[in-house]
Amino acid sequence: MTDGDWRPKIIAIICNWCSYAGADLAGGARIQYPPDVRAIRVMCTGRVDPLFIMKAFQDGADGVLVSGCHFGDCHYLEGNYKCAKRMFLVKNVLKNIGINDKRLRMTFVSASEGAKWGMVMEDVVKTVKELGPSPLTERKN
Amino acid sequence: MAENQEPRIGVFICHCGTNIAGSLDVNAVMEYARSLPNVVVADEYQYMCSTPGQNKIIDAEKDYDLTGVVVAACSPRLHEPTFRTATAEGGLNKFRFEMANIRDQNSWVHMHDWEGATEKAKDQVRIAVAKARLLEDLQPKSVPVEHAAMVVGAGVGGMQAALDLANAGIKTYLVEKDPTIGGRMSQLDKTFPTLDCSQCILTPKMVDAGRHPNIILETYTEVENVEGYIGNFDITLRKKARGTRDGAEMVAAGLEGSGCNGCGDCASVCPVIKPNPFEMGMAPRKAIYIYHPQVMPLQYTIDFDACVKCGLCKDICGTEKNAIDLEMTDSLEKVKVGCVILATGYDLIPIEDKTEWGYRRYENVITGLEFERLICASGPTGGHLIRPSDGETPMKVGFVLCAGSRDNTGGVGKPYCSRFCCMYSLKHAHQIMEKIPGAVPYLFYMDIRSFGKMYEEFYYRIQNEGAKFIRGRVAAIEEDPITKNLYVQTEDTLLGRPVNVECNLVVLAAAIQPKPDAERIRQMFGVSKSQDGWYLEAHPKLNPCGTTTAGIFLAGVCQGPKDIPDTVAQAEGAASAASIPIHQGEVQLEPYFAQCVEDLCAGCGMCVPQCPYGALSLIQKDDRQVMTVTEAKCKGCGTCGGFCPGGAIRMQHFTSPQICAQIDSFLLNPLGGEE
Repeated sequence: MTDGDWRPKIIAIICNWCSYAGADLAGGARIQYPPDVRAIRVMCTGRVDPLFIMKAFQDGADGVLVSGCHFGDCHYLEGNYKCAKRMFLVKNVLKNIGINDKRLRMTFVSASEGAKWGMVMEDVVKTVKELGPSPLTERKN
Repeated sequence: MAENQEPRIGVFICHCGTNIAGSLDVNAVMEYARSLPNVVVADEYQYMCSTPGQNKIIDAEKDYDLTGVVVAACSPRLHEPTFRTATAEGGLNKFRFEMANIRDQNSWVHMHDWEGATEKAKDQVRIAVAKARLLEDLQPKSVPVEHAAMVVGAGVGGMQAALDLANAGIKTYLVEKDPTIGGRMSQLDKTFPTLDCSQCILTPKMVDAGRHPNIILETYTEVENVEGYIGNFDITLRKKARGTRDGAEMVAAGLEGSGCNGCGDCASVCPVIKPNPFEMGMAPRKAIYIYHPQVMPLQYTIDFDACVKCGLCKDICGTEKNAIDLEMTDSLEKVKVGCVILATGYDLIPIEDKTEWGYRRYENVITGLEFERLICASGPTGGHLIRPSDGETPMKVGFVLCAGSRDNTGGVGKPYCSRFCCMYSLKHAHQIMEKIPGAVPYLFYMDIRSFGKMYEEFYYRIQNEGAKFIRGRVAAIEEDPITKNLYVQTEDTLLGRPVNVECNLVVLAAAIQPKPDAERIRQMFGVSKSQDGWYLEAHPKLNPCGTTTAGIFLAGVCQGPKDIPDTVAQAEGAASAASIPIHQGEVQLEPYFAQCVEDLCAGCGMCVPQCPYGALSLIQKDDRQVMTVTEAKCKGCGTCGGFCPGGAIRMQHFTSPQICAQIDSFLLNPLGGEE
């Protein structure tokens, strides 16, 4: 399977205040990026339960992105710190069950960083494409 | 929806003119939506946000007995309120609405990938429908709004906002970290293009603000801590030790004496001399000081970093006034306000870091603000423009525009236009031609941006008066060590040749940047910043005074460079916006607060420290411990819900089943979403 005909399934859970606004700004600026990521909006990355990520991989996601505010900028003071801590945990779990932890990414994109959102999208898609389909989907099929 | 009723979802796809329909197949998305389980109607329209578009939602709710509405259009950050209102008008609870962002996060970012964008839009609709199936009626929580406001920063913008709020009958705290209100504008000599004396138009406003019965001036005061939310901000102020007390403070402290009346006897005996920052360091002040004669309040302040506590001031102040307290310390004060307006202003960038222009290295290179003080009749030279090196009157003055503005080279410069430097440089050029017969101003410019009412006319006027305009960015300034004259080197891009102009004085129209403490204040109030550090408005076109934090508004340059008229206009807008919830007396908050499902709660208490607001606590219920949520404190971030090991915390509108349904529906076609 070549890069050209396989499109990864990537889910992004992003916070309402920074990353979602940054993604909107990328739209306003007409920054083009690959259409392989589907965003789910939560109020804060603090809401991201590690089980959501495990569920996404179980369902066959090839990559998961969690994106929130920069440290110190959280609309809810410290939800992003707490999310980041959990992401370390989830990465460890992923490694232990044989999923490359690069499939999970946490980024920090502020409401003013439309261009950065575009770069994150490019990079996440590129990383996941290099890794290929998730081993869980292969096993399932 | 009744417990066992099957969800009935209506899906509406917006063309947004060609914004969406030009980049993806709206009809295909609509047909796809029709194939989804529980979708009973799918429709499309040119502009869903228009009245006919909204009517489609309202009618469909009735015709199809909908339980949920999905609109695939722009960003919920723009139009969620619009469609929620329509959803409510159709008879459903407004939280039974879900939006798929197929414009900002699809058609606009995949403009050249018709198929990719169409497939993505289908997925986005499917994800939205998955959530819409599980949405439930929610009741917004209504909280009372404190009938008081706070304005942080008392420059012309802050003062205007405070006056407007106060005149609307709202008690307003005007917080200023300096000992006097007035801000940058009080440092200016004249204002363009009318050439009004800045102090003459500002001082009456300062007096109005100082005397207004509804304004509580909190000068020499900083915001220490912010808690709460719209309607109920609990703000701690740090009243810095001023070293003196006015009459009211004497009474409050139960002390004998009339307090500081601004006589200035203390300053006359103070032995410590420091540079006066109001005069840009070009005039002295004592350790006990006022910035300038028109300060408001007229009360002396001790700079305790400089004070040697010799007590001379205290002796001369005498027992009758007894105003001076050399042992005074900072005190904290707590106030409660409904809304806050930030108006923290700007600083010049450290233009000395642009070493090629020699500021601070060559005595005769000054900044625009220093020029203002030098040309001002009440400034350090009594209005005589002299050059710092030898006190001579400069006959050839170079003005370097865009000094650090519109500079993409990285490092010191700023990519943005500082917006008022062209105009004040034109004004400066006029002032030297007016004050010094025969003097010639040379304006080194990239563009002249005379964007305001009567500004272009002012530009023509200065041209006609004889100012010399040289188009080109100044590459270097070098000093003749003997004459202290300056050679301004640039390329005249209109003539296409290098020029080297000898000037007696050079004025840098330095770029501006946010105040050093703007970052701290922004974080305390939970306001975003744009890339350059200016406070970020909620929407650049539709909500330029608001922020994404409810109840926090912006006025003046803290939001981005602007001149006095624009600052005042925005301040009036911000005051108007802030007065709305205050006058309504209550606000509705989105009911996204956490709930504890007590049957699942093990009472482990691990969630309690997760909450940054202290909204969670453990209580004894029957024979066991369970968590309880104080709704008024909960802001709905969900940090507890993302952590609860037992899944006992239910985040309303972002429940785990709803989020899992969204994940499942994307990855497992067509709709997942088991509990």
